[in-house]
Amino acid sequence: MWPAFVPSGLFKYGLTKKYPAKRHFPAPKDLKQTYDVVIIGGGGHGLACAYYLARYHGITNVCVIEKGYLAGGNTARNTAIIRSNYLTPEGVAFYDQSVKLYQELSQEFDYNILYSERGHFTLAHTDAAMRTSRWRAEVNKQLGVNSELIYPEDIAKLCPSLNLSDKVRYPILGALYHPPGSIARHDAVAWGYARGAAEAGVEIHQQTAVTGIIVENGRVKGVQTTRGTVYANKVMQATAGSSSLIAKMAGFQLPIRTIPLQACVSVPVKPFLDQIIVSGSLHVYVSQSSRGELVMGGSTDPYSLYSTRSTLDFKEGLLGHMLELLPMLGELKILRQWAGMADMTPDFSPVMGKTPVENYYIDSGWGTWGFKATPVCGMTMAHTIATGEPHDLIKPFNLERFVTFAQVGEKGAASVGH
Amino acid sequence: MKVMNCPLNGPRNVSEFVWGGEVKPLVDPSTFSDLDWGAYCFLENNTAGVVREWWCHVPTSYWFIAERNTVTDDIIRTYPASEIFDKRVDYAANKTGDKK
Repeated sequence: MWPAFVPSGLFKYGLTKKYPAKRHFPAPKDLKQTYDVVIIGGGGHGLACAYYLARYHGITNVCVIEKGYLAGGNTARNTAIIRSNYLTPEGVAFYDQSVKLYQELSQEFDYNILYSERGHFTLAHTDAAMRTSRWRAEVNKQLGVNSELIYPEDIAKLCPSLNLSDKVRYPILGALYHPPGSIARHDAVAWGYARGAAEAGVEIHQQTAVTGIIVENGRVKGVQTTRGTVYANKVMQATAGSSSLIAKMAGFQLPIRTIPLQACVSVPVKPFLDQIIVSGSLHVYVSQSSRGELVMGGSTDPYSLYSTRSTLDFKEGLLGHMLELLPMLGELKILRQWAGMADMTPDFSPVMGKTPVENYYIDSGWGTWGFKATPVCGMTMAHTIATGEPHDLIKPFNLERFVTFAQVGEKGAASVGH
Repeated sequence: MKVMNCPLNGPRNVSEFVWGGEVKPLVDPSTFSDLDWGAYCFLENNTAGVVREWWCHVPTSYWFIAERNTVTDDIIRTYPASEIFDKRVDYAANKTGDKK
């Protein structure tokens, strides 16, 4: 039966030649035998690196190799939060550059990434959390990042949905308020980079797995793939979750454990939560997407696993605490659940830059903080590959820091599970 | 609920246990350089497949060894650490106290 109203205008629009649909990316080609740069991993980071190499360094003979489909790994599984209220000066400078790049990204791409500035609240329920919040606020201010410690009366004004009662197990004592905290559409970020890179000549090969890395005399020569051998002057891996497995092919170990991070979304509801709410003590973070779904996540799983399965334990822990913050959600249903495999490092900072293999570069250790760093990673890794020297912003995140005991401790700011 | 068999306490909810990471060969502190120590403490095999790991049953503070598949999430076997560490290890004293 026809509906009462047939949208014939829409139907006509679909048939018209006046607004032809444009392919996002060119059709796949055969793999060439040699490239200047091969990037292993077609997620946000790998694509961003290809984009900045092609657009800002004039290196266009680049191939991005992806085992699955474009941006289908952790780029598709994060909760899309962007912020720079970190704890160490190295971390703050790095993530702040990323926020600045994100703010201009829709313009840069001519493609809407739905960047939405929401304000980010890290709730404190203990004296220790208040102290860390104050510490982070002071470090942030010193480096020109907008963060401040606020108290329940201000939280009530800025975020009226939150339950600020003291009749709960963990009353809210204050919050680190970071007004530039934002969310964006994660797929659009990856697609924007992919489109921009492809237009500049970068080849993107999906459904192509790397099976080996060719190293001769300590220098990388190319990669073996399920579609044949590809030679390259320089190779970068950006394969969060599987970083250790790829690095092992190149012959070195990483300070990384692969641990699942689970998340879920609710059915869509009318907009009521404008802010991004995070609680380290309660292991909760939540924001409302532009579609109305509540996007929720918590701490990483308690042990390592190469799997994206979901567990009931996680949901019980997360939602029990969330109902304390937002009790009106008691009847809300979960729509989807998923998990990503996170590269957890001992100091909660990434591992970026050069490796023991010459001309082989790494972008890994992205634990639970990778999406927000996508633009700055692409920019700094492209600089590193093009010049052969690590970009100043990523020097502190070098791989050697673990054996030279120069870690960049971000546990207090990078993760909710501490 | 995932169940793990504790060699001391029998089958218990996995939430009672803490994961301690892979079992690594013990090192001789008197001959180890700073670099070796860093690698020992922080670098991981992070194997996808069957691994041998330390686990602790928290309520009884009992550390033991588990063999676990990190791809399928199956616990294959758990046993007391004495099965592997079955004899006393004596390290030579570091006479000079120098770091290598």
